[in-house]
Amino acid sequence: MSDGELLRLSAAEAAAAMRAGQLDPVELYRAYRQRAGADLAAGEHGLNCFTWVADDDGAAERLGSGLPLAGVPLAVKDLFCTEGVPSQAGSKILEGYRPPYTATAVARLEQAGAPLLGKCNQDEFAMGSSNETCAFGPVRNPWDRERVPGGSSGGSAAAVAAGLAPWALGTDTGGSIRQPASLCGVVGVKPTYGAVSRYGMIAFASSLDQAGPLSRNVTDAALLLRHMIGFDERDATCLHFPNHIEIPQEGDLTKTKIGVASQLSAEGGALERGVEDGVAQAFADALSLAGQLGASVRTVALPHAPHALAAYYVLAPAECSSNLARFDGVRYGLRACAVGDRDGGGQAPRPGDASGEGDPSEALFGIEAEGELIGMYARTRHDGFGAEVKRRIMLGTYALSAGYYDAYYGRAQKVRTLIADDFRKAFEQVDFILTPTSATVAFPLGAFSSDPWAMYLNDFFTVPMSLAGIPAISIPCGRSGRGLGPDGEGLPVGLQIVGPPYSESRLLQVAYVLEQALRFDGEVALA
Amino acid sequence: MIERDEVLHVARLARLALTEAEVEAMRGELASVLSHIAKMDELDLEGVPPSTHVVQASGALRADVRRPSLSRSAALSQAPAVSEDGEGFLVPSPQA
Repeated sequence: MSDGELLRLSAAEAAAAMRAGQLDPVELYRAYRQRAGADLAAGEHGLNCFTWVADDDGAAERLGSGLPLAGVPLAVKDLFCTEGVPSQAGSKILEGYRPPYTATAVARLEQAGAPLLGKCNQDEFAMGSSNETCAFGPVRNPWDRERVPGGSSGGSAAAVAAGLAPWALGTDTGGSIRQPASLCGVVGVKPTYGAVSRYGMIAFASSLDQAGPLSRNVTDAALLLRHMIGFDERDATCLHFPNHIEIPQEGDLTKTKIGVASQLSAEGGALERGVEDGVAQAFADALSLAGQLGASVRTVALPHAPHALAAYYVLAPAECSSNLARFDGVRYGLRACAVGDRDGGGQAPRPGDASGEGDPSEALFGIEAEGELIGMYARTRHDGFGAEVKRRIMLGTYALSAGYYDAYYGRAQKVRTLIADDFRKAFEQVDFILTPTSATVAFPLGAFSSDPWAMYLNDFFTVPMSLAGIPAISIPCGRSGRGLGPDGEGLPVGLQIVGPPYSESRLLQVAYVLEQALRFDGEVALA
Repeated sequence: MIERDEVLHVARLARLALTEAEVEAMRGELASVLSHIAKMDELDLEGVPPSTHVVQASGALRADVRRPSLSRSAALSQAPAVSEDGEGFLVPSPQA
């Protein structure tokens, strides 16, 4: 088989061919490794999808036989800990960190036969919607290099779209799998909260973080998800998932009740800046196609969904400010010396030590008269965290500080209850809810760099489901107009399908039926 | 804008040193984000219970049994500084 033919096999097709002995796992692994490695070597001239790529075929050579994932290489978002392999979560504060253990989700997939291909670039600690907050440079969208791939799992999404990996692991806190899937024209699944173990995922917001697949098609997503889910006693919020993930089959949508919520509709709903025409058109076409396939479509109400972003930007930063307290220069990663102490407290500098960086004469505030130890913490955190992460730590610390807790965190937890109740009531009337995944196609690099809230609005359609803990999938449902053009014409549009807790198999089935009818062509990005 | 003293107070709580330029930027950016968060105030939240778990939590308790964990050397392997005897993380003295 030529490399071109190898790379065009879906993950499920490749796994079937390898199980049947028609394809050599090492040959497939090497083809992807060379492709991913070339992108890594190209640096900023490439797509910058990877922060690390395996430098030999050992992972594929060591595979046992008869494994269900049969040697299909796996790209993994950088924030999953992988033993002995750099795991930096897109942050300078973890530069060079090689964890002594592997995340459960990755370990399960390796045991099922998926060898680790590489680690994918991401927004720093998964805080971003464009992959521009990464300490190792932005990821570029394979459909248009001057545009973002979305975030925070942008490296994973772009790698799959560009054929640098057959499939990838991402994580979704407020849309970080679904939104980049939408912007890159691939499939992305955020499972029910608790379906996949968070053990070994470098935490952002623990009540929201959830791992999931990014893939070229729905069948591949189902196959990967099947081998990720399951109880893990090392994550206290991990669930006994009540059923097996089914591989979707041919079918139609008769007896399927689909809901559309005016608050999250393509007419803009409650999003004041509206939905792009090309997105609205593709969404309307997908809805009418669902009707042709036999689905009944009706309106449902999600009255509190417009308040989701406000609640999310209290809860997620609050949890982040607590989770990121662990980065203090003691146990791993970067250590800067204390202010006024340029020799690192008498210790010899080590690789990755930043004591030589920055302007030593620059005044730093917030740590006056705190002593050498706290000074070291505060300086390390100053040097190691990027602007967006600092902003969220400050916001979360503010919201949790004495006198503000009830006004912010307490209120946000109540809004979260209302949003979850809205979905519960809606799912008494319909099986699934459809929304656009993102109000826009991929936007130009730098488009939202001056206004944090404008960037946050990119997750308007994905945050409500995260707060409710329910599963959702994004599939490509068309392109914005015909042919690629300078103003975003021809870029992929994502359709979000949302279901109640544990509905993953049914969700994947509906997504598959729509995918077969939509016949989205993602070849452009493979070039 | 948020008061400069308030930014410095929060930075101290967060153990985060900031430059003068960062303090100034934070004053405006935090105020801007907080103004959008104020959208929550439109809702009547009287009597609404706060969310603790969105999906039923199960199995959060397990038997307290001793089991293997990371070795000391593995746990220390990524530390920026380790004590001379190799027994622990090395940090500046809290009294210094």
